[in-house]
Amino acid sequence: MQLVRAHILVCGGTGCTSSGSKQVQDVLAKELEKHKLDKEVKIVETGCHGFCEMGPLVIVYPEGTFYVRVQAEDVPEIVEEHLLKGRIVTRLLYKAPVTEEQIPAYKEINFYKKQLRVALRNCGSINPEVIQEYIARGGYESLEKVLFEMTPEQVIDEIKRSGLRGRGGGGFPTGLKWEFCRRSPGDMKYIICNADEGDPGAFMDRSVLEGDPHSVIEGMAIGAYAIGAREGYIYCRAEYPLAIKRLKIAISQAEELGLLGENILGSGFSFDLHIKEGAGAFVCGEETALMASIEGRRGMPRVRPPFPAQSGLWGKPSNINNVETFANVPVIIKRGAEWFASMGTEKSKGTKVFALTGKVNNTGLVEVPMGITLREIIFDIGGGIVGGKKYKGVQIGGPSGGCIPAHLVDTPVDYESLIEAGAMMGSGGLVVMDETTCMVDLARFFLNFTQSESCGKCTPCREGTKRMLEILTRICNGQGVPEDIETLERLGRVIKSTALCGLGNTAPNPVLSTLRYFRHEYEAHIFEKRCPAHVCSALLVYSIDEEKCIGCGRCLRACPAGAITGEKKEPHKIDPEKCIKCGSCFEKCKQEAIIRS
Amino acid sequence: MGCTCDDQQNLAQSLQNDTNTWTKLQDLLERFRGQRGSLVTVLQQVQDIYGYLPRPVMQHVAEVLRIKPAKVYGVATFYKQFRLTPMGKYVILLCQGTACHVNGSERLAEALCEELQISEGETTTDGLFTLSSAACLGCCSLAPVMMINGLAYGQLTPQKARQIVKELAEQEKGSLQEGGLQ
Ligand SMILES: Cc1cc2nc3c(=O)[nH]c(=O)nc-3n(C[C@H](O)[C@H](O)[C@H](O)COP(=O)(O)O)c2cc1C
Ligand code: SF4
Ligand code: SF4
Ligand code: SF4
Ligand code: FES
Ligand code: FES
Repeated sequence: MQLVRAHILVCGGTGCTSSGSKQVQDVLAKELEKHKLDKEVKIVETGCHGFCEMGPLVIVYPEGTFYVRVQAEDVPEIVEEHLLKGRIVTRLLYKAPVTEEQIPAYKEINFYKKQLRVALRNCGSINPEVIQEYIARGGYESLEKVLFEMTPEQVIDEIKRSGLRGRGGGGFPTGLKWEFCRRSPGDMKYIICNADEGDPGAFMDRSVLEGDPHSVIEGMAIGAYAIGAREGYIYCRAEYPLAIKRLKIAISQAEELGLLGENILGSGFSFDLHIKEGAGAFVCGEETALMASIEGRRGMPRVRPPFPAQSGLWGKPSNINNVETFANVPVIIKRGAEWFASMGTEKSKGTKVFALTGKVNNTGLVEVPMGITLREIIFDIGGGIVGGKKYKGVQIGGPSGGCIPAHLVDTPVDYESLIEAGAMMGSGGLVVMDETTCMVDLARFFLNFTQSESCGKCTPCREGTKRMLEILTRICNGQGVPEDIETLERLGRVIKSTALCGLGNTAPNPVLSTLRYFRHEYEAHIFEKRCPAHVCSALLVYSIDEEKCIGCGRCLRACPAGAITGEKKEPHKIDPEKCIKCGSCFEKCKQEAIIRS
Repeated sequence: MGCTCDDQQNLAQSLQNDTNTWTKLQDLLERFRGQRGSLVTVLQQVQDIYGYLPRPVMQHVAEVLRIKPAKVYGVATFYKQFRLTPMGKYVILLCQGTACHVNGSERLAEALCEELQISEGETTTDGLFTLSSAACLGCCSLAPVMMINGLAYGQLTPQKARQIVKELAEQEKGSLQEGGLQ
């Protein structure tokens, strides 16, 4: 290998690409050449570092200097100052949200300090399109160890003892699942990776696939050996073109090196891996629906039993796990069950990746040990609420999850505690809310999502969610009636207990949990026709404060309904009859003269 | 509305006359003939060829792959990715995921619908823009987000979104004029 003096990591994840990292990379290559540094300094395009909000990210090693929001114009300065003269370009460093202190090194930033990166161990540090970089970090050693030193039963036992539970939502013990499939009679078995990532607000699986595809492939190969499969599928949603591209590259590179395919490393074990692109249906994340979709049919769930371990893909015993679950497997084999089980809580071991978004200062992907409190995630890693507003709660687990209010901010994050609090780990979407988020609107949003994704096979889900959505929409429009709350609760309970699959079973959760903790907001909408967070537009009233108005006419020109009148330099007026409550005037006025109540 | 059989016949004819796409279609079907479970993949690749799934082509796929036309149609309508009508040159995917929702994606939708004078799921009459939505584009940190032909635009405001669409429309006008001069 060629010796180089420095490495420059440029993030090539989806977030940074959209903020211009490709251009940064192009200019960087040109600048290095211009200064004849191209032999000494190596550019590495990496996957997502999780801090996409600050993208495009550029990290210079060996120092580990962390530059944020780098644009193509900034590149010459980085090359001339940092690489040639050894002076850090301070204006591009990350600034801590409250103290404004500039922090040069990656490891020192609060966002990363409390994280513990296991599943994301390589994301952002290696080039995902070069298998040698994965191997250089110990990649495929675990596969080799398993094939030559362990029996399938020993592998299953190791995973069982590690306490690894499914990261796709349910939290079922992975080792146990593998054992069921291993014991199921049949000569042909399948192993499947669920990369459908349907939760509208989670993107950790995408980042793992884009940033470290080999960890998933290695995990699947180990799983295949354990259950006795020789063929596998990765079911990836088509909305993730970059993930699919990198998976394809990774699979072909692994095949070339004999790490996939016939007689792997001469061990006698063979394993073929295929990619199937999903076609946009949330319900296909459910395991029986996913298998129907791989078979080329409409992805509708079916009754279980038989479980996939007995009769799955094409009627054969099959095992299905989530992306993050598989990414954990090689490290467990390498470092041992005891090491993995030393992280986390009694019943939830290891780490979990969360997609931290919403009204929080630092958004992005964070991997933390199980059992960490919400407070640590939101206030230490996330840096608190944007603009110093009041923290209201967090929505966790996406459309199957629920809201946890501010007073429970010390709830530990593990499977059991979250369910007790009325939420769910789900896929790990974590949306922080402040006083400007309306909980009724949020519940309506999730129900609208599940309702439109319901496959329609069973009545409670198909009809029940429709009724619930109608009621919620009515409440948001200011036409709620007192019985609505009770009806919602009754419908929710019925759907939960009678729907056929997990989509229906969990669809009422966002409504039920907001009713549990934020009932007063529902009541304000229904009884006082008021939206406390000023979100539900039908319940807002716009007027102009005559004292503050300077008669500039900006609002008048912006109003699409012609509802504003007034002479120049005189206070303006809004005609409530004509106003369609679009909010344009509110945004346009620079005097804060528009009152929204 | 009258019978559309004639229209469909005409469409079928013109599709066959376009030898370029027609050969591609035949190659594709040849590759997958007899492969079980390939219907979704085949339809995805058909859509790559035509930009949507023309009815006569679905009929043809059913015949060649020996699948019931009703099944092909059923699969095509089940998955959101498949479109049964042609798409605009620019496909705007507006994110309606959770993070984008709490950051005001609904107001972006309103602004874009007004700017383009269409509703969600529709295509402008000049065939330039299709407005569509997605559940999460995976860039939640940049919410609210939209993607146009695979390129993501983040941290949008209604004004910025309008501006981006306007610029694309201007660009198209410009290139049309240039084309006219040649
Ligand atoms: C409606 C619905 C959607 C789901 N979506 C996903 C998904 O996108 N990704 C995922 O890994 N699991 C999803 N699941 C859970 C899977 O059915 C399955 O439990 C999981 O993939 C098992 O893997 P694990 O044991 O590693 O968690 C979904 C379940 C339901 C009911
Ligand atoms: S619960 Fe909903 S998504 Fe699941 S099978 Fe029934 S209708 Fe389909
Ligand atoms: S924009 Fe504000 S200050 Fe100007 S006329 Fe309207 S209300 Fe008055
Ligand atoms: S809210 Fe909209 S319609 Fe109403 S006055 Fe303001 S700009 Fe006009
Ligand atoms: S895409 Fe660059 S940090 Fe996420
Ligand atoms: S919610 Fe819009 S990108 Fe994820």
